[in-house]
This record gives sequence, C-alpha cells and structure tokens, in this order.
Amino acid sequence: MLVVKEYESLLEAYGKAGGNLDALENREVGNLVIHKNKVLSVNEADGIKVKTEETKSGVNIYFLVEEGVKIKYPVHLCFGVLPQEGLQEITLKVEAQDNSEVNVIAHCIFPNAVDVTHKMDADIKIGDNARFSYRETHYHGEFGGIKVIPKAKIRVGKKGVWESTFTLIEGCVGMLDYDFEIFGGEKSTSELLVKVFGKKEDDIRITEKIHLDGKEARGLAKSRLVLIDNAKAVVRGETYGNAPFARGHVDCLEIVNGDGVIASAIPVVYVSDRQAKVTHEAAIGSVDKKQMQTLMARGLNEEEAVDVIVKGILR
Amino acid sequence: MLEVKCLKLTLNGKPIINGLNLEVKEAKIHGLLGMNGAGKTSLANLIMGISYPDEGSIIFEERDVTRCTISERAKMGLTLAWQEPARFEGLSIREYLRLNKNLSLSEVENYLWTVGLPPGEYLDRAVDANLSGGERKRVELASVLAMKPKVAILDEPDSGIDVVSLPHIMNGITEMSKQGSAVLLITHSEEAVGVAEEVSIICAGKIINSGPPKEMCRWFKNNCQTCNHIGKPSYKGV
Repeated sequence: MLVVKEYESLLEAYGKAGGNLDALENREVGNLVIHKNKVLSVNEADGIKVKTEETKSGVNIYFLVEEGVKIKYPVHLCFGVLPQEGLQEITLKVEAQDNSEVNVIAHCIFPNAVDVTHKMDADIKIGDNARFSYRETHYHGEFGGIKVIPKAKIRVGKKGVWESTFTLIEGCVGMLDYDFEIFGGEKSTSELLVKVFGKKEDDIRITEKIHLDGKEARGLAKSRLVLIDNAKAVVRGETYGNAPFARGHVDCLEIVNGDGVIASAIPVVYVSDRQAKVTHEAAIGSVDKKQMQTLMARGLNEEEAVDVIVKGILR
Repeated sequence: MLEVKCLKLTLNGKPIINGLNLEVKEAKIHGLLGMNGAGKTSLANLIMGISYPDEGSIIFEERDVTRCTISERAKMGLTLAWQEPARFEGLSIREYLRLNKNLSLSEVENYLWTVGLPPGEYLDRAVDANLSGGERKRVELASVLAMKPKVAILDEPDSGIDVVSLPHIMNGITEMSKQGSAVLLITHSEEAVGVAEEVSIICAGKIINSGPPKEMCRWFKNNCQTCNHIGKPSYKGV
C-alpha cells in the first residue's frame, strides 16, 4: 500500500516535471522508476534487459541493450526523492552491445529537497557500431538543499556513438558535481552537453573529459551555463587527441548576470599524436551586446531581450 | 517621416558625423552611398539609438527621438538590420520572426518566401552559426518585413553575400517599400541603390550630394575616392 502511494506521488511529480506518463504505462516502452532506494516499476521492452538490486541507500542497476537491436521507443527512467531529506545512490552499469541503438530519457525529480543527496556512479560500455543517446533532465525545488553528484565513465567502441545531454534549469541547482569521462574508440563519435541555470547560492562544478583514443575518433565537450545572483561555477572541458586524425572540440559558454556571480572555465586541449587536432572556445561574460541591441531593435525591452537570449542558450 | 538635422558625432577627437542632414520620406527607398569609413554605419547607429550624437537631432514622425532608447524607437516603428547580423543559439527562425508580433504561420511563411527561403527547410532552423552569411542576411530581412516598420534602416544588406542571395535580398527590399515601410538603404553598391527613389552620397560624415539614383551613381563613380577621414569631404574637385 505504501509502495503504491509512493509510486503515485512520484508519478504525479514526474508528470508535473514534464515526464511522459503514457510512456510509463505502455508495455512496449521500456521504463524504470526508482524512489529513494525502492524500485517502483520496471518494464523491459524487447531487446532490453534490466536487473536491479536495492541497497541501503540506493539501487544497483544493470541495463543491457542486446546486440543488433534497435529499440523503437525511447526508454524512460525516473529517479526521485520526494521527502525533504534523503540519500539516493544509484550505481549504473550499462552495456549497449554491438550494432544496437537506443534513446534513453531520464527525469530526476527532487521537488522538496532541503537536505537531499543524489549520487550516480555509472560505468557504460557502448559496443562497436552501437548508438546510445542519453538525455537527463533535473527538476529541483526552490530550496537549493540538494547535492547532485553524477559521475560516469563511458567507453565507446569502434564506430560507436554516445550523445548525452544533462539539463538542470528548473528550480535551484544546489550543489552539482558533474563528472563524465569518455574513452572513444576508432571512428567513434562522442558528444557531451551540459545546460545549467545557476541561481541564488548554487555551487556548480562540471567536468567533461573526452579521450580520443581511436583513429578518426570525434568528440565534442559542450557546456552552456547561465548564472545569476550569487551562483558559482567551475567548468572543466578536457579533450585529449591520442590517435591519428582524431578531432575534438571544447565549447563552453557562461552567461553571467549578477553581482555575486563567480564563473570560470578551464579548457584543456591535449594532443599526443601529431595527426590529431583538438580545438577549444570558451566565453564568459554578460549577455552579448549585439544580440541585445538586435532584439531591442525588434521592439523588445531589455528584460524581454535577456529572457529570449537565455532561454535560447539553455534550450 | 524621418529627419536628421545637423547631426554631429566625434570619437577620440575625430569627427565621424559632421553636421549631417537627411530626410527619408514615407514608403520611399532612400539610398545612401558612401565609401568605407564615410560614416554610413555610424549614422545608422545614431538613428537607431545604438549610440547618441554630440549635437543635432533625429526627428521621427514629428517627434524628437534623439535621446530615446533602442526599444522606444523600435516600438514607434523604427528598426535596423545590421551589416553583420547577430546569431542566436536555440532561437528558431519561426520564433525570431514572431518576436514581437502574433503572426500567423502563413504570414511567417510568406515573409520567408519573399526572401527566397523555403519555409519547410528554414522555419525550425536556429538563427545560429549554422546559417551561411547570405541565409542569415535573408532571415534578417524577413524579420524586418515581419515587423512592418514605418522606417527600416538596412545597413549594407547586399554586402558579403552570394549571387544566389542577392536577388532575394533586393526582392525583400522592394517588398518592404510595397508594404508601406520607408527604407534607408545603406550600401556602397551602385547596383543596389538602383531600387531607390532618391540617393544621397555621404563622405566624411556629411551628405555631399543627393538626387535620382542614376545621376548619383554616375556622380559617385566619377567623383568619390577613398576618404581621408578628416571631417572634410575629399571627393575629386574639392
């Protein structure tokens, strides 16, 4: 009875956060719903195997996409802690076997957090010629009493593709320590994108690392942050070109709009093969003057113009 | 409609706009020809309120707007298309054209067709770095058309674009006039000012001659040379 109530409450929060409730009820769509350390729902779509183990403080998950299977519908994951206090530690082991393809959409919901910690430790293996797309969106409350610590090590096989987007723009970030590291094989493509809107006293640390270890591997480490009030952010974008014709790029943009904001970007570009090439661009500053003037020349006032620019960057 | 009177702007002791007078009439295309450094873009910026003059006044529909902000001028019906338009991440062309108006989808599509951009291909593309220079300029022109301004200042809409884009740009400009907007068409292309009813020539921050396009193009060709930017026109014969 308690579990049912928990599930219903989480679903309600998930729906409010923009999650697709129909998808969770469709037996053809893979899903996994976890509240604190309880697995509330698992549905394995054809070609997907999910094993879970509840621990004292979280859940260990093994997620497999079978060889050669292209999963028709996106798989929906929902992680949440609804009470004001709690610890959720997710250990995630993912294997996308050769020639498989899947899109995963994750919603992480902490609407009432006053003292909540959400940790994710992921070990991900993308097989040869496999494609894995992962979109994680967070919904936080206005208290900022949350620590989010997602860490992942991702190995991408020959001609494999990894694309991930981490978005945290609803509510207060609290403390974020994001650390994703990719090892890209031959002709692999890896893209990391992080979008965060920091406000109040938010403390944001982002590390995106891509090792281009295989010949002709491609990588992009991209981040978009908007910081207001007293938010602080450190973004490290690192790309290592270690093989012939590897190509990588680090792209960081931080818009600051507050007297107490402190923002820094540390791009690291490293090449250990003379035929590799890695580039970077980083910009920190207030909203672009020319963009502002352009929008104002179309009749928007200053506030509206800032809003349009910021929404665009975080979209 | 738009009157610029005795406008002066000095930067670092150097006169940029030097007692300039100009009138743009309702629903007419007024060409402004000038060499590089003659003060064309500075004048556009002053009219739009990007910068403010040291002396003189800008009268728009009989109201002195010299000290008005960019937004205030835009709300009155004045706008500017930049020579190098800004690019926006995450903002679609559909949204860009609807910034301040509740335009229907078919209206937005029509404006895109006017500048030769098939809506099916462009509506959902972002106004970002993935557009070519010519595409971006055409989108800019479409956004000005969508605003239906009383006066549009177009700063070199024809510069740096490919041959395919040029006729679409010129079509957009003539459409603007047809829909009732006055246009101040800033260019150094004699070909582009062919669509204007009247042309003025600017040199060293002053209007040095005005008249019909063909006559002014001839005069520009025969007389204008690189300006030495000392606040004094340096065309042949002076």
